[in-house]
Amino acid sequence: MTALAPTAVVGRARFAKVRAFGGDWIIWLSAGVLVLFALAAVFAPLIAPYDPEATDLRNVLAGPSGDHLLGTDQVGRDTFSRLVYGARTSLVGPLAVVAASTVLGVLVGLVAGWRGGRLDSVISRVLDIMFAFPALLLAILAVTLFGKGLVAPIVAMSIAYTPFIARQVRGLVIASRSRPYVAAYTVQGFSPTDVAVRRVLPNISPLILAQATVMFGYALLDLAAMSFLGLGVQPPTSDWGSMINDSRGAVLLGEPLTAVVPSVAVIVTVIAFNVLGEELGDRIARRDA
Amino acid sequence: MAPAVTILKYVGRRVLGVAITLLAASFLIFASLYAAPGDPADFLTQGRTLSPEAMASLREQYGLDDPFLVQYLHWLSGVLHGDFGTSFQFRDDVTTLIGARLGTTLTLMVMAAVLITVVGLTAGIVGSLNAGRAADRLVLVMTTFLAAVPSFVAAILLISVFAVRLGWFPTFGGGEGLLDRIYHLTLPAVALSLTFVALVSRVTRSAMLEELGREHVEVATSRGVPRSTVVRRHVLRNALGPILTVSGILVAGLLVSSAIVESAFGLSGLGSLLIQSVDKSDFPVVQAITLIVVGAFVLVNLLVDLLQPLIDPRTLAGEAGR
Repeated sequence: MTALAPTAVVGRARFAKVRAFGGDWIIWLSAGVLVLFALAAVFAPLIAPYDPEATDLRNVLAGPSGDHLLGTDQVGRDTFSRLVYGARTSLVGPLAVVAASTVLGVLVGLVAGWRGGRLDSVISRVLDIMFAFPALLLAILAVTLFGKGLVAPIVAMSIAYTPFIARQVRGLVIASRSRPYVAAYTVQGFSPTDVAVRRVLPNISPLILAQATVMFGYALLDLAAMSFLGLGVQPPTSDWGSMINDSRGAVLLGEPLTAVVPSVAVIVTVIAFNVLGEELGDRIARRDA
Repeated sequence: MAPAVTILKYVGRRVLGVAITLLAASFLIFASLYAAPGDPADFLTQGRTLSPEAMASLREQYGLDDPFLVQYLHWLSGVLHGDFGTSFQFRDDVTTLIGARLGTTLTLMVMAAVLITVVGLTAGIVGSLNAGRAADRLVLVMTTFLAAVPSFVAAILLISVFAVRLGWFPTFGGGEGLLDRIYHLTLPAVALSLTFVALVSRVTRSAMLEELGREHVEVATSRGVPRSTVVRRHVLRNALGPILTVSGILVAGLLVSSAIVESAFGLSGLGSLLIQSVDKSDFPVVQAITLIVVGAFVLVNLLVDLLQPLIDPRTLAGEAGR
């Protein structure tokens, strides 16, 4: 989904004196969930009791049992094992998108904000045009051109997400330029590039991290949507999005479990990223206030 | 009332910006054909064996023997005349194919937009007016949850509960006639709107809170202006600007998400046509729908920009100084 922009806007105009959840437990819970899924992804072969791609046609759409913790899917594959292995593609994809677009966005935003002038106007214009291409649309176009799989959507979405970071960094850098500490470094004879990269960038990096964290959730949703549409991760590789796609037949038969399991994984992960990203943003806002 | 020249300048600047964006976007979409690996003609046919006439008409349609810029201008002039070329999979005009599916997608959009506006605004306003109280917390918890429910998950779960288990709604198809169509599109519209309801209510809440804290609101309240009047005239009206801006940006996501929802519910709309065409490597159709989505997004945001001065005349003040 390309619902990224409002978060950025809300982020700026936030008035979050009231939190949805009282206390810090939700933050620890979110962090815990993400660590758990990350561990599941890394140690999938040790955790998963079955081969995630092994079918068992005598045992399809089985309910939860001692043998199959979360039951089996329409071709008898163990849902729990697919969930654990699915964490790999489901988390690595967004990680690549967020890493690439953050690096690109910081670079572009820093140059535009720091140099200003004509270069800034040109970059801002280009960013405006890029905003007109929703990430999913660009990913779909990329798959048409380069074929199905994770690579084309990841590259396309890295480009599509770049303006969100770039615009934020540009704004922060422009605001920093007039701050006394920047003038102080300049007067002391530090080169402009040095001040920008070594002094300004570290200063604004927590806010970039907050934005990147929220973006991770959206990238996960977009990539899962590509797999759901059958354009991303290809069968038989397990992925949360394609698990939901695979479950459509079973859902119509009145067996929603194979849909519910990956759905919960997606929702919980995205909530965790949103909670952590927003909390980070709030803490910075409170520190700066 | 701002002088006519200022208004003209404001409108002119926005329209010019949109024209540049659309031109650049159309160029990128056209040029993307050349980013595909291999010869464009091979990419377009994808191993299909076309008759020599069909091949010739393909080369003619894309002007593959012309210089690149001539090709682009040729294609663009076709698009401007409503000619998006011929689909490979249907062997029919892309324009005809799109026209036949536009109704479903537009109905779905309108239904989702109504849901998003009514529920999103209401939840955001209720939350902001009860800041810190139970109602506000409920709105915050619900929106945190809903913002993380992607449309395809919502679609599957809604089908499972309301179509399969309860049997209240059909699982498939777009229906005949207006009422039946609305009935068929109810679950899809809900699936499509959930995330956006959450985002709009979040934005509404924070925009309202920001305005509620302003001095002129306190002054109005202290002068004994009734609460409802204060909220309506001084808070909501000022908050509407940012809400509208964000809603305009959300349209892009809404258009693309409709592709997912249409596919999930087996609806014959623009979005499902797009996905189907990606599957069949039907580039003319993909190209056309991509351009339409980008165009729709840009035009909606132009409309938002043009509405802003009507809500808040101060928007024009910035223009007068330029």
